[in-house]
Amino acid sequence: MMGGLVILHLYPRLMNLYGDRGNVLCLVERCRRRGIASEVRAVEVGQRLDLTDVDILFMGGGQDKEQQLAAQDMEGEKGGLLRAAVEDGLAVLAICGGYQLLGHYYRPASRPEMKGVSVLDVTTLHKGSQTSRCIGNVVAQWEGKTLVGFENHGGLTYLGPEAKPLARVVIGYGNNGQDKGEGAQYLNAFGTYLHGSFLPKNPHFADHLLRLALERRYGHASLEPLDDDLEMTAHGAAVARARGDRRWTNRALSWLKG
Amino acid sequence: MKAKQRLAILCGKMAGMASRLAGGGGTTLPGWVAQAIHPSLVSYLVSRIPQGVTLVTGTNGKTTTSRLLATILSDVHFIPIYNRAGSNLMRGIATALVSQAHLDGHFRQPNQIVGLFEVDEATLPRAIRETQPKVVVATNLFRDQLDRYGELDSLAQSWSQAFKELPQGATLVLNGDDPLLAHLGHRISIPIIYYGLETEGMGTLEHAADSIRCPTCGNDFQYSAIFYGHLGHYCCRVCGTARPLPQVRAFHLCRHGIQGYTMELGLPGGGMVVELGLPGLYNVYNAAAAAAAAAALGIPHHHIQNGLKKATAAFGRLETLSVQGRRICLILAKNPVGFNEALRIVDSDKEARHLLLVLNDRIADGRDVSWIWDVDFETLLPHGASIVVSGLRAEDMAIRLKYAVPEIGLPRVKKNLREALYSTLEATSLGDTIYIIPTYTAMLEVRAALVNMGYVSHPLMEEG
Ligand SMILES: [Zn+2]
Repeated sequence: MMGGLVILHLYPRLMNLYGDRGNVLCLVERCRRRGIASEVRAVEVGQRLDLTDVDILFMGGGQDKEQQLAAQDMEGEKGGLLRAAVEDGLAVLAICGGYQLLGHYYRPASRPEMKGVSVLDVTTLHKGSQTSRCIGNVVAQWEGKTLVGFENHGGLTYLGPEAKPLARVVIGYGNNGQDKGEGAQYLNAFGTYLHGSFLPKNPHFADHLLRLALERRYGHASLEPLDDDLEMTAHGAAVARARGDRRWTNRALSWLKG
Repeated sequence: MKAKQRLAILCGKMAGMASRLAGGGGTTLPGWVAQAIHPSLVSYLVSRIPQGVTLVTGTNGKTTTSRLLATILSDVHFIPIYNRAGSNLMRGIATALVSQAHLDGHFRQPNQIVGLFEVDEATLPRAIRETQPKVVVATNLFRDQLDRYGELDSLAQSWSQAFKELPQGATLVLNGDDPLLAHLGHRISIPIIYYGLETEGMGTLEHAADSIRCPTCGNDFQYSAIFYGHLGHYCCRVCGTARPLPQVRAFHLCRHGIQGYTMELGLPGGGMVVELGLPGLYNVYNAAAAAAAAAALGIPHHHIQNGLKKATAAFGRLETLSVQGRRICLILAKNPVGFNEALRIVDSDKEARHLLLVLNDRIADGRDVSWIWDVDFETLLPHGASIVVSGLRAEDMAIRLKYAVPEIGLPRVKKNLREALYSTLEATSLGDTIYIIPTYTAMLEVRAALVNMGYVSHPLMEEG
């Protein structure tokens, strides 16, 4: 029996768009299967954030209005605490709107700019309500493996020199549809546009997060392998589905070009 | 102009015939063709319906509510012209009108016909402009297919704008238990009939609940009862925003398992006892919505009572079939709130042992399957059921269950729907009930498969 981990879900009720809580369920269950105790804490707007014994911080996506509330809330004490903890090696996973708030700012199409906490050296812009959203199945390369998920974002994210892309887009738009980057990373903090939920279909990345968290707390991490046949079959099915989308799009494009 | 209308109707009808000859259903092609020739054809044709048009919209329940209202209207000997389930864009409405109109743009029995159209949430503003409805019913706003509709707030905003363009004398029928809809009602000056439930609710919000913050001031609502998703009795302790008192209310609910409910319905000017042959709390809402719309149209109470009693499940929302001495219950679920309610229906059958979940990710289902992680499988999955998963994203559903209830063991994954049906049937004995919960396109496939496999002799067409 290994010592436990504390997972903090930031704004679970506010930023609860489209199943992102599956990521927390996944981390908890993968700990349980290995006999690692885990505790999930929730912090909402206006509640105090205490990161002293937190191992993994998770934040999901939300609608613009909710994201605005979260941004305002993080401008206070929370932002500073989060920056310090990331410098100290805290493992962070933020999806979509949560990812955008880890950057410097998000400029939506018709709402005022939201300030981010500058954990990641990224900025996000919306090119106006006339431009179409980035929607669809995504396949990306990460450390010789693939990551799969579903993206649905209007904002385009651009990386500065301090952040490096989390993965390289094979199918889909990723950060901005131009530079093939998907997500961003700085130390042990990760942002991505991938819903799905992301972790259950990418168990290798879930374990990567757990390993980082265990190493930080206990100095070492030995994660026994789990039976991930079903997870990897789902992963493969998602890749196949994304390829199908692409074939369809290509066919439509060639038809349009005559 | 006159010739153009005639041409549009003629070509629409011909397109419908051609499509039926080619084996298609012809559900939207006639409207598409007719509108291409004459873009304002819908406005023109509805102006020929003296009894006017009713529109029904909302995330969940538009089909069932429309069908309930149609049964009530038929009881008064009205002849509703309605679009087919799922064909709820403008071209679906145009198709319904074109197929019923004569070439000169007149309708048979013009004094008895009424327009009754279910309308896609995003199409509502355009439908209001083009049909100038007498009554608009909004059932609820849940998060559904964000890849198609965008975010709830922007949808609500476009509705708010559209409601301001309603014609003089129009009535809005709103679910007052939905804070987002009630908030829209607060800001409009036309007559509104609110409907709602008055019974015991659940203690906690489902994970799928969305608009749980006060739209006026942004603080969390306090709920004294929660019925379905974020629908319930809510109030804001900060600014005082609260659920409006409904003019149409369902109370004294007595549930008879999957058979449905006996309940009382309070209406302006009196109450009645209603036998509703549809299970699920959401169908109580649908019945209240239909009754409120009927009241807005001035329909006498006894017709409302009769109509609701006669109603049968609309287009697969809950359809029971007999297959080889087994009973198959089909319950459509296209979003987390609907799925939770489907699981509650299954759970109300204490004998429920056999479950087939079919998850597709086509455009009509929503291409993003993330929503299944918001379904409360953890608390709602019936214990001890044997489960088969199928569909284009069967594996996604399988891992969802694996992470929800690890101790139930892995569900059987049968991506091929026929194999899934065989496998499910194989595990049953005579007299068992099989519950199938499909997404939208999966439901169509299940029906087709049951016919192709020879389990059901008659084609399972939607009632016409
Ligand atoms: Zn308030």
